[in-house]
Amino acid sequence: MKKSVLSAMVVVLLLGLSGYASFFIAPTDAKQGLIYRILFLHVASAWTGLTSFFICFIANLLYVLRRQPRWDWLGVSAGETGLVFTTVVLLTGPIWAHPVWGIWWTWDARLTSTFVLWLLYVSYLLLRTLVEEPDRRALLSALFGIFAFIDVPLVFGSIRWWRTQHPQPIIMGAPGAGLDPTMYKVLFFTWLAMLGLMTLLLRQRYRLEAMRGDLEIIQRELEAA
Amino acid sequence: MALLSSTAVLLDKELRTEFRSRELLTTTTVFVLIVIVLFSFSFDPTSEESRRFGAGLLWLALLFAASLMLQPCFLREQSNDTLSALRLSVSDPFAIFLAKLVANTLFLLLTELLLLPVFAVLYNVSVLPMLHWLVLVFFLGSLGVSITGTALSAISAQARMRELLLPLLLLPLLTPILVASTEVTAALFDRSPYVQWKGVGFLAVFDLAFLTILWLLGEYLLEE
Repeated sequence: MKKSVLSAMVVVLLLGLSGYASFFIAPTDAKQGLIYRILFLHVASAWTGLTSFFICFIANLLYVLRRQPRWDWLGVSAGETGLVFTTVVLLTGPIWAHPVWGIWWTWDARLTSTFVLWLLYVSYLLLRTLVEEPDRRALLSALFGIFAFIDVPLVFGSIRWWRTQHPQPIIMGAPGAGLDPTMYKVLFFTWLAMLGLMTLLLRQRYRLEAMRGDLEIIQRELEAA
Repeated sequence: MALLSSTAVLLDKELRTEFRSRELLTTTTVFVLIVIVLFSFSFDPTSEESRRFGAGLLWLALLFAASLMLQPCFLREQSNDTLSALRLSVSDPFAIFLAKLVANTLFLLLTELLLLPVFAVLYNVSVLPMLHWLVLVFFLGSLGVSITGTALSAISAQARMRELLLPLLLLPLLTPILVASTEVTAALFDRSPYVQWKGVGFLAVFDLAFLTILWLLGEYLLEE
């Protein structure tokens, strides 16, 4: 069997298992009831999105230093997958918030900073569409990507210090706070499944970008001939 | 030392270009003035409301103005074909950025000081007792805006739709500046004003962080 088909099947299996675990293995929350179960998808997507943006940042740095097109391809792929997972976070958040907080959205620290993070990477992808020449596009977007990533902790810090309603960090938060051990296991398993999905998407997107790069070279050679 | 002396020469050039026409300063001042007047229609600018919203409004107007003002920063060099000459004339390209960002900080600060009395009168906020602290916040905020704005204008000048692109790249990046400066300024506009050191420190950290990145990445931003 082809490797890509096999890995896709593994990821689908992992996602199915994590879905089963989120619904049937993790115990029901004493206060929130069933609705809390969206936490597994929400938090795992958030972590995966951040992982993806971190990969994007590393790829951007490596592009600036080494100038190999593959780092540019990895950068744009990771930027896009990160954006997808962050979109999932921004969509599942309000679904949970409406029954629990009574509102869809609030301008609280984490919500706002995640939204800004999302906007920063939308700008990153937008910038790429506005520079024609491939090398220049790669360099400029890599530089902007570095600026954007350095900005992320500052955005989180500033918003967290000055305005806040999101549940305080439960994981690695204050003493006394914490998840049920089974919930922890389910959460980390979901994260693993999401990382699998991210890797899969990243790989496919990278291959597409690599083919686009090759195509651009061929086109330019044709034009020159 | 070479960096400082070439920066001084380039800064002199930036200032001379601007003060010959005063284009940037006049357009930015008028723009902020328009925004301040238009904002007054969005809420009732009595003194109590102004204390609550004034600081944010002022900073928002300044950020919009800055995203327009920083536009020509590298665009001008590009359309006049002077960027390569500029690059050849200094050994360290960071000097070009340093000169431009100091000039931009000065322009922004000047605009702010011109508009502060107008703002104080129109929105009935007393600014005099805390003026020195306000100047400090304006300086730190404008410096942060200029550092990131100068860097990003070097990026956007090389893209299509550059006039639209700079605000899109710059404004989300400036969220921390907007949040922190607004909080510090609001504390200074308070009925019993005080200095919010946490915010001042935060602005200083922001400035320092981005200045360091600009120092590290500056040469790549100007690559031909």
